[in-house]
Amino acid sequence: MNLSLSSFKGRLPENRKVWLPENRKVRAGIAILVFFALFALAGPFLVEDVFGLSATAIHTADGMQPPSGSHLLGTTATGEDVLAQLVVGSRVSLLVGLVAAVISTTLSVLVGVAGGYLGGTADALLTAGTNIALVIPSLPLLIIVASYVKGRGGWLTVALIIGLTSWPWGARGKRAQTLSLRRRDFVTAAEMTGESRWWIITRELIPSMAPLISASFLSAVVLSMFADAGLSFIGLGNINLTSWGSMLYWAQNASALARGAWWWFIPPGACIAVIGVAAGLINFGIDEIANPRLRKPGRAVRRRAAAAALRTTEEAR
Amino acid sequence: MTAPSETVAVVAAAESPKERPARRLRLGAGRYFVQRLGFYLAAAWIAITLNFLLPRLMPGDPASALIAQMQGRSALSGEQIASIYRLFGDPGEPLWSQYLTYLGQVAHLDFGLSVAFFPTPVWDVISAGLPWTIGLVGITAVLSFVIGTAGGIMAGGRAGSRVDSVATPGAMFLNALPTFWIALLFVLVFGFQLAWLPTGGAYDGDLTPGFTAEFIGSVISHAALPALTIALGWSATWYIGMRNMMITTVSEDYVLLARAKGLGKSRVMFRYAARNAILPSVAGFAINIGNVVGGQLLVEAVFAYPGVGYLLYQSVASVDYPLMQALFLMVSLSVLAANFLADSVYGLIDPRAREGRA
Repeated sequence: MNLSLSSFKGRLPENRKVWLPENRKVRAGIAILVFFALFALAGPFLVEDVFGLSATAIHTADGMQPPSGSHLLGTTATGEDVLAQLVVGSRVSLLVGLVAAVISTTLSVLVGVAGGYLGGTADALLTAGTNIALVIPSLPLLIIVASYVKGRGGWLTVALIIGLTSWPWGARGKRAQTLSLRRRDFVTAAEMTGESRWWIITRELIPSMAPLISASFLSAVVLSMFADAGLSFIGLGNINLTSWGSMLYWAQNASALARGAWWWFIPPGACIAVIGVAAGLINFGIDEIANPRLRKPGRAVRRRAAAAALRTTEEAR
Repeated sequence: MTAPSETVAVVAAAESPKERPARRLRLGAGRYFVQRLGFYLAAAWIAITLNFLLPRLMPGDPASALIAQMQGRSALSGEQIASIYRLFGDPGEPLWSQYLTYLGQVAHLDFGLSVAFFPTPVWDVISAGLPWTIGLVGITAVLSFVIGTAGGIMAGGRAGSRVDSVATPGAMFLNALPTFWIALLFVLVFGFQLAWLPTGGAYDGDLTPGFTAEFIGSVISHAALPALTIALGWSATWYIGMRNMMITTVSEDYVLLARAKGLGKSRVMFRYAARNAILPSVAGFAINIGNVVGGQLLVEAVFAYPGVGYLLYQSVASVDYPLMQALFLMVSLSVLAANFLADSVYGLIDPRAREGRA
C-alpha cells in the first residue's frame, strides 16, 4: 500500500520501497480495514463450512432469541443466525463499497487532474461541473435513481449509482493538488521532452499523487458503505441479499427496536461504525503527516517544553 | 469525511503568487453576488432538468409500470392516469414540448396528485411536511455549528490540553458513525429502554395544534431525539475542522505578535486567531448543508418525524413517483438557496473569496 506522505512534496524516487507510514493512527486504521477484508474473504467459508451455520436457514421455533451458546449473536424474527448473517453480509457490503469507490475515485481523478493540469476553458468547464454536482444533494438523488432501478441488477447497480454520484468532493481536492504540482520541475521536464498531455497526466501527475488518491479511495470505500447501508435500510438496496444494510432493514421491519432485540441491529451497525472509525483514523493520521502542527506532542516533549517555559519565566524574573 | 478546512487550505496554498497576475482587479461585493447568483441559477436549472430527464432515461417504462401496479390494487380513475402522464410525459409528445410543459408545471408548483395520499395534490403533501424539516434542520444546523466551532476554538487554541485530548478522539469517533445508526441506538435506549422521550411523530396525536404550552412542549419533546442525533454528528464535524484550522492559525506570526504585545489570552484567541481560522468552516458550512439535509432524511425516517425525509421514505415504500420527484426538486432547490445564502455571507466576511478562489 502506497500511503507514504513523504512523496507529497515531489515525485517518488523510482526504486524506493514504500512501507506503511510511521503514523500510528494510519497504521491502526489500515489494520482494522485489513481485518475486515480478511473477515469478508475467509469468514463465510469458516462460518458455513467449518461451523455449519447458515445465514438463510430459517428456524421458526427459534425466532428472536437473544445471544446464547447455540446462536452467539442470537437470531432474527424468522430464526436466522445473526452471526452467520453478519459474516456473510460483510462480503456484499465491502464489495459495494469497493466497486463504488473505484468508480468515484476514477472519475474524480480524471476530472480533477485533467482540469487542474489543462487549465483554461477545459478547467473552467470541469470545475463548473464539479461545483454543480457538489451542491445538488446526493442522497436524495441516490434515493430517486435507486427507486427507479429497484430490484434490477442487484448490488452492482447500487454500487454503480453510488459511484456515479459521489465523485465531486474528490475531484475538488485532486484539482487543488494538481494545481500545486503542475509547475514542478518534473512536469516541466516532461513538457520539454515533448511528452503529450495525456502522457503527463497519466504517467507523471497521477503517480505522484498516489498517496492522496489512495487515502481518498479509502474514504470513498467507507462513505459508499454508509450510503449502501442507508439505501438498504430504507428498502432500496438489495434487501433480499444478505448485507449489513439489509440486516438493518429487516430488523427495522420486524420492529426489532420496540421488541428490544438489540442483538439484531447493533452488530451490523457496529461493524459499519468500526470501519468508519478506521477511515477516520487514517484521515486524521494523514492530516497529521501533511500538517505536522496537528501532531500531539509526546509526553516527553511536552514535559521538556513545560520545563523550558518555566526556565524562561524564572530567568525573566 | 473530508474536513471542510482541508480543501480550502489546499486551494489557497496551491495558487502561488507567481501564477496570479501581479495586480488583479478586486471583484466588488456586488459583482461577486451576481456571479454567485448566476452559478446557483445554473445549478437550479440543472436540478430541474435532471428531475425531468431521470424518469425518461430510466430503463423500461416507469409510467406503464406504475399504472400496471396501481391497477393491480384498484381501478384507476382518469385523473390518476393523467397525474402519472403529467409526471412522465405523454409518450406521444416530442421531448422538447414535454420539457416546456414540465417547466410550466414546476413554475406553478403543479406536481400532480400523490399516489400514496391519493387524491391529495403532491404540493399539499409537501407543504405539510416542509415546516417540520425546516425547523429541525435550521435549529440543529445552527446549534451544531455553534457548539462544534466553539469547542474547536477551545481545543485547537490549546492543543494537547485535557479538553483537547478527551474531546478530539470523541469527536472523531462520533464523526465516523453513520447518523441513522446513532438514531436507531437512541430509539432503543432513550425511547424504549428508558422510555424518556417519544420515538415517533412530531407531537402527541391527542393534542390539537395551537400555541398552548402543552402542545409546544409536546413538539419539543418529539423533536428532541432527532435533533440530538443530527446535532451530535455535525458538531463533531465542525469541531474537527475548526480545531485543525485553529492549531494551524495559532502558530502564525501575527498571533505570536499579538501575544508578545501582551494582549489578553482570550482576546488573542478570539479576535486574532479564531477570526481567521473560522473562514474555512463558514465555507464548509455552505458545502455541507446538502449532507446535513441528506443525513436528516434518514433520521426522519427512523423517528417517523413527519418532515420531507419521512415523506420521501413513504413515497419510496409506496412507489409514489410524483411525490418522490417533487420532493427531490424541493430538497435540491432549498439546499441551493441555503448554499447561496452561506456563500454570500462568506463573500462578505472574506474579501479574498470574491477574487474567485472559493
